[in-house]
Amino acid sequence: MDTLLAIRARGITKCFGEVVALDGVDLDVAQGQIHGLVGPNGAGKTTLLGLLLGLAVADSGGLDILGTPVGRTFAAPDGVAGFVDGPGLYPSLTARQNLAALAALRGQDPRAAGIDDVLAQVGLTDVADDKARGFSLGMRQRLGLAAALLTRPRLLVLDEPSNGLDPAGKKHVHGVLNRLAAQGTSVVLSSHRMDDLEALCSEVTILATGRVVFSGPLSKLAAENRELDYRLVTSDPRATRRLAADAPGIRTVDGVGVARQGAETLVVRALVPDLDELVTRLVREGVALRELAPVVSPLEAAFLALTEQPEPALGQRDTGTARHTADTGTDRREADR
Amino acid sequence: MTATAVLPTPVAAATRVSVARGYRFELVKLVSQWRIRLLVLACWIAPGLFVAGVGQQSTLPSDTLFGRWMLATGWAGPLVILGFSGTWALPLLTSVVAGDVFASEERLGTWRHLLVAVRSPRRIFVAKALASLTVIVLLVAGLAASSTVGGLLAVGDHPLVGLDDHLLAPGDAAGRVLLAWLSVLAPTLALAGIGLLGSVVLGRSPMALLLPVVVALAMQLAQLLPLPVAVRLALPSWAFIAWNGLFADPGQLGPLVLGIVVSLVWAVTATAIAYLLFLRRDFTNSTDDGSARRAVTAGLLPLAGLIAVTVAVVAAVTGATTGSGIRQDKVQRSLATAFAHLYRMQTAQLNRPAVTEAQLKSSAACTKGDVADDAQGAGNDWRCVVSWHLPGTRTAGQAVYQLDITADGRFVADGDGPKEVNGYFLVRTSTGDAPNPLWQFDGNVDLLSTSPKG
Repeated sequence: MDTLLAIRARGITKCFGEVVALDGVDLDVAQGQIHGLVGPNGAGKTTLLGLLLGLAVADSGGLDILGTPVGRTFAAPDGVAGFVDGPGLYPSLTARQNLAALAALRGQDPRAAGIDDVLAQVGLTDVADDKARGFSLGMRQRLGLAAALLTRPRLLVLDEPSNGLDPAGKKHVHGVLNRLAAQGTSVVLSSHRMDDLEALCSEVTILATGRVVFSGPLSKLAAENRELDYRLVTSDPRATRRLAADAPGIRTVDGVGVARQGAETLVVRALVPDLDELVTRLVREGVALRELAPVVSPLEAAFLALTEQPEPALGQRDTGTARHTADTGTDRREADR
Repeated sequence: MTATAVLPTPVAAATRVSVARGYRFELVKLVSQWRIRLLVLACWIAPGLFVAGVGQQSTLPSDTLFGRWMLATGWAGPLVILGFSGTWALPLLTSVVAGDVFASEERLGTWRHLLVAVRSPRRIFVAKALASLTVIVLLVAGLAASSTVGGLLAVGDHPLVGLDDHLLAPGDAAGRVLLAWLSVLAPTLALAGIGLLGSVVLGRSPMALLLPVVVALAMQLAQLLPLPVAVRLALPSWAFIAWNGLFADPGQLGPLVLGIVVSLVWAVTATAIAYLLFLRRDFTNSTDDGSARRAVTAGLLPLAGLIAVTVAVVAAVTGATTGSGIRQDKVQRSLATAFAHLYRMQTAQLNRPAVTEAQLKSSAACTKGDVADDAQGAGNDWRCVVSWHLPGTRTAGQAVYQLDITADGRFVADGDGPKEVNGYFLVRTSTGDAPNPLWQFDGNVDLLSTSPKG
């Protein structure tokens, strides 16, 4: 099967003085795909996104964007939009004025540029005439996305677009990105929020110290992963513990963090096939299964494993998310390049 | 295995935003800032109110050039504002506009956004430079127009007493006032270029904003020091003073032209350095917003080199390599000329028989401290005796003056008597007491004049 690529990067290397920010990075992003970019601080995500947006040029390697080879000069081809390091907004202008100025800059008639439409898409219609100075981080993110939408992009590059979003804002942003992807726009986004990536992305690339340590579908990532911790809540915890102890490949996990999960909760560490076998046994014994979920999402577990970071203690975890990242977005971004 | 192919219909390579659109965008951003709006408003209103207000007062800013004539003509007001602007207002205005035009993007974190939108650092630079230039010119125009309108409305369109105290007809005065304001655009552009350079090199550092003010103050300080005239004229700040020569007769145009040329060279050089540094900038690295090392190597050293080159060129062109340019013969000639002009004015006030400057044959003999021959240099220890002749009188009249000459050649002559000529600040006219034009007056020594002694 042929796949049309919006981005094709081969052996991209970028250095800042002595620091190697990107080291032989390959990246393929298909047309209409939402592609996640994850990695620890300093992994090179922002540098890579900056290259895609034409903010810098690679020291070596080849980069085709939307079918156009990127040369040695700044500026990405037409059809590329987005932001790195937060959206750029002018606080003395209103949301509408920010977009109108941008439309005028691109030679569009601000009245016919669809400003109201993009504001509605990101849920900012009610504050369209408020100055951006008073906007929260989440509102700024949404206005930044609206600014990108105004250009009707074929490739959208977003650096941590979910930062500071409330549930409603997140719903708007996810809706917009899914709609764009359905219409054939490719989206590359970086995030530290694994739940966002899992909800949005069909493929992810994991970077560590400037190198790609994984790139492919999320399902492949989960399959390649090692054992995971699962939280198990059943109608008979005692029987469950006994069956888990007897089942092959299953280990129960104890500790302070597990205790906090509650007396009825059992945490087991297993590969997926062994977990399937345990569930079968529970059902056969007449034990009702009330909840079964990974303590850490497969993506987060893979991220931690592949980037060789110690997993957090159970007590610091929450299902499928790295909640702490949203609160420290600014500091993290500063350290991310 | 999955085969992959890049998109079969490549999109156009980056379509860059035109400079005109970028310029409009930058203007929108500048004008949307409350401090810029406030400055525009202040520049178009405050000078007029000040000049009109002073025009209603009995106390005048006599220590300011042309200040003592603010009650006599509306054309003195814009020149008083021009003198003040060259010292304070224009450096501050260029700081706020040019010094912030790049640094503001730094502060707001909008560089990447702007670059993605415009797709050309070159065009961003040109658009920003043009937009800041437009706002600066708008502010300067406001200062000039407002002070002129205020002066003319409050005092009226009367002749202006020039710097060597000859009378300029209103039309002539208007033309010279306009030229004077136009001439300070050159040093203002030089400061704007320095502001752009500081804004690019120093990024979000407060020094980026303050650089034009700091440079302007340093140059003003240098103008106060007893530096050789070649160094003095090689600084762009000289053009903030050199407009004085437009109001002498004959006009002292050499220093003015030199000042304008030097200022434009500074403007072009500083802007070019800022441009080159801006193009070399790495926009993916948010910490790349200036460093002390780069400020010195890329900003300070080239400008220091420019000073050295301009000093050498000015010295070669003018032949003024050493000395202050203030010589005894030039002081005497300037004082005698000014005295003759003002004596005729006093003669008219007192309804005495009219006399021409040729008939007066005024001359001056000056000493500086204990030095009687070849005295030179700035100082307040100049003492001069002015002599003149009246038709039908064999004895020459004499009046004594104390002169305070500043390093830029400007002087204030303070009359020491006799009382009926220049010893008292009032004279009794047929309509009552009036200011005595010979009691205290301003003058100017042309630092570049090389006319023979005597």
